[in-house]
Amino acid sequence: MKQIIKNGRVIDPANKIDKIEDILIEDGKIAEIGENLSSDGAEVIDATDKVVVPGLIDMHVHLREPGQEAKEDFASGTRAAAAGGFTTIATMPNTKPVVDNAAILRSLKKQAEDTGIVHVEIIGALTKGQDGNELAEVGDMALNGAVAFSDDGHYVKRAKTLLNGFDYLRAFDKIIINHDEETSLVEEGYMNEGHKSAMLGAKGRPTVAEDIAVMRDIMLAEYADARVHVAHISSARAVEIVREAKKRGVKVTAEATPHHMTMTDECVDLRDSATKVNPPLRSQADVDAVVKGLKDGTIDMIVTDHSPHAEEEKDVEYALAPSGFPGLETSLGVVLTELYHKKKINLSTLVSKMTAEPARIFSLNGGTLSKGSTADVTIIDLNKEWTVDEKKFYTRGTHSPFVGMKLKGKAVLTMVDGKVVMRDGKILEI
Amino acid sequence: MEKSTVSMRGKHILGLENFSPAEIKLVLATAKEMKTIIHRDIKKVPALRGKSVVTLFYEPSTRTRTSFETAGKYLGADVVNITSGTSSIVKGESLRDTLLTVEAMGFDAIVMRHKEEGAAEFATKVVKHPVIINAGDGAHAHPSQGLLNLFTLLEHKGHLKGLKVAIIGDILHSRVARSDIWGMRKMGIEVHLAGPKTMLPRFLYQEPNIFVHDRIEDAIKDADAINVLRIQLERQKAGLFPSKREYARIFGLNDERLALAKKDVLVLHPGPMNKGLEISPYIAYGDNSAIQEQVQNGVAVRMALLTLTLTGGKESEANH
Repeated sequence: MKQIIKNGRVIDPANKIDKIEDILIEDGKIAEIGENLSSDGAEVIDATDKVVVPGLIDMHVHLREPGQEAKEDFASGTRAAAAGGFTTIATMPNTKPVVDNAAILRSLKKQAEDTGIVHVEIIGALTKGQDGNELAEVGDMALNGAVAFSDDGHYVKRAKTLLNGFDYLRAFDKIIINHDEETSLVEEGYMNEGHKSAMLGAKGRPTVAEDIAVMRDIMLAEYADARVHVAHISSARAVEIVREAKKRGVKVTAEATPHHMTMTDECVDLRDSATKVNPPLRSQADVDAVVKGLKDGTIDMIVTDHSPHAEEEKDVEYALAPSGFPGLETSLGVVLTELYHKKKINLSTLVSKMTAEPARIFSLNGGTLSKGSTADVTIIDLNKEWTVDEKKFYTRGTHSPFVGMKLKGKAVLTMVDGKVVMRDGKILEI
Repeated sequence: MEKSTVSMRGKHILGLENFSPAEIKLVLATAKEMKTIIHRDIKKVPALRGKSVVTLFYEPSTRTRTSFETAGKYLGADVVNITSGTSSIVKGESLRDTLLTVEAMGFDAIVMRHKEEGAAEFATKVVKHPVIINAGDGAHAHPSQGLLNLFTLLEHKGHLKGLKVAIIGDILHSRVARSDIWGMRKMGIEVHLAGPKTMLPRFLYQEPNIFVHDRIEDAIKDADAINVLRIQLERQKAGLFPSKREYARIFGLNDERLALAKKDVLVLHPGPMNKGLEISPYIAYGDNSAIQEQVQNGVAVRMALLTLTLTGGKESEANH
């Protein structure tokens, strides 16, 4: 089977390509990329005036299986991913039970094959039950295909446990992804500690909780000469700490979310838990620092931290609602609207942070349109104007702070292994 | 009462940040009239006859709940009380469903107290018909307390603009402090805050027109009034202050500190008091104390709030 994507502006940061080209796909692989390729015998996908990029990758997603299917499952979550232009997503292990052994991991891989429509990578727990004490069977999970390890949702409180993780995982060349907020400083908090929380009487989560956690993890990784990845960085000082560590040669990488690049704690409205998230929405200075960090390479990739919850869980008093909201279906639109169209960061840098960079850092298939690579492709209409409507979400999650927002730019086609799974926002069920 | 063009009919009472100075004045003027009813032999007027009020309290309370209930009854409203311990809340019913349940029974006002900040705001999103009156939501707001403090100050001082008020103690966890900050500033009062630094919100200094001090003596100096906040004993366990003894010694209101204020300083306390801890018993029951009056004024202010929100007050009632 042959397909050809014609006349699109191809941006493939891994190969430093940004020009109008055709892409020929045969049997689920990129067969040829070049100008005016012959479309003989091929199904033609017209990409005129569109941007063609490697399928987007999101290394921080909560698919909630097993155990929390009211929030999301592999079927709904991968459809949300495809709708948002993602072809590979990595799911976090803070499920019920926690993904802390190879048996669960293998069952999830099977589940992804059976019910998912995009590639799913599984992140294993660093510690048993994510309790921060004993290491989980990370070696066994690594041998069974875990992409990385994380106690995401929890800070690894015991420094010794994390140091053990760094040392032990050296043999497997796997990265530890850390949720960095020092626990005792954020225990009751549900929004950024700042002027707004002071006047609301809201319990705060200070930036210093993140700063000292990022600093500690970097110091430990440096000491162990290990790789560490800072999840959803949100504080200006933490960005500075990562920047400085990178200069020193520490093997640290970092990710940031669209909400931490665009929204501040001024958005918090206690009537709706949509803005409740960990780390919390910060100040404008923090938002500016995250954007600067993306631009100068301190922050390597954009992730959603897609954290869907069931409607009945989110539709309660703000302080009682679980933290997090869905992001897969809004990420690209938000990034294009707020960073590309507002000329803060150029397009190829943004594409790189959603494709080539995560693929390189986590050694994934994909993230490029090189000849011979898997035909995971996303076609983007940069100028499509749309309004975020949670009724149209494929995710089960509701209460996104982006609901109602007018965005410019959207994925219009998602192809996984040469198969079109989304066209014009609609999932194609086959 | 001067004729007001302001109407508060149907207004949710969530926090004093949502009040205009004209609305605050209207409440204070209405409360003054209401207070005369409390002094009558027959304490019943038909202003709210046929109206129904439910108090929905998720936290223990003596004075606020009783005060709202009494206010409603003096005005002829039917008042029903729900407390969390004796309702379906113990069966795990959500706030949303509890609100919908009482709305379906036709209540005109829901007076609610909740331990979480923003619970009253959340309630306005859930119900359509009833007015929501926030009787305290976490550390966020306690608007009727803020208003009764203003009323008490006005009665004693004859004016509000230009007064200097010190609020001392646990500002961090105090909804009373926040309602005072909003309400007092809107009426031209200079607000000074002090307490242990562990219980002063770190970023409060970014708020314009309030004065935050490290030492309570600096806040009290030349004050026209001092509002002493309750210190909750569990704050000691959380490590926010070392001991009751030390708190009393360094942050308690005693005669020596009181002498720093103006001679006719008025002492307020939202209650319940820890006498000997945040306030000396001699001051609590002394000549400068308005603490008992505050309780009575609380009933008057709540009568005003219920009347104004449910009927719009006398003026608009006459027009209907």
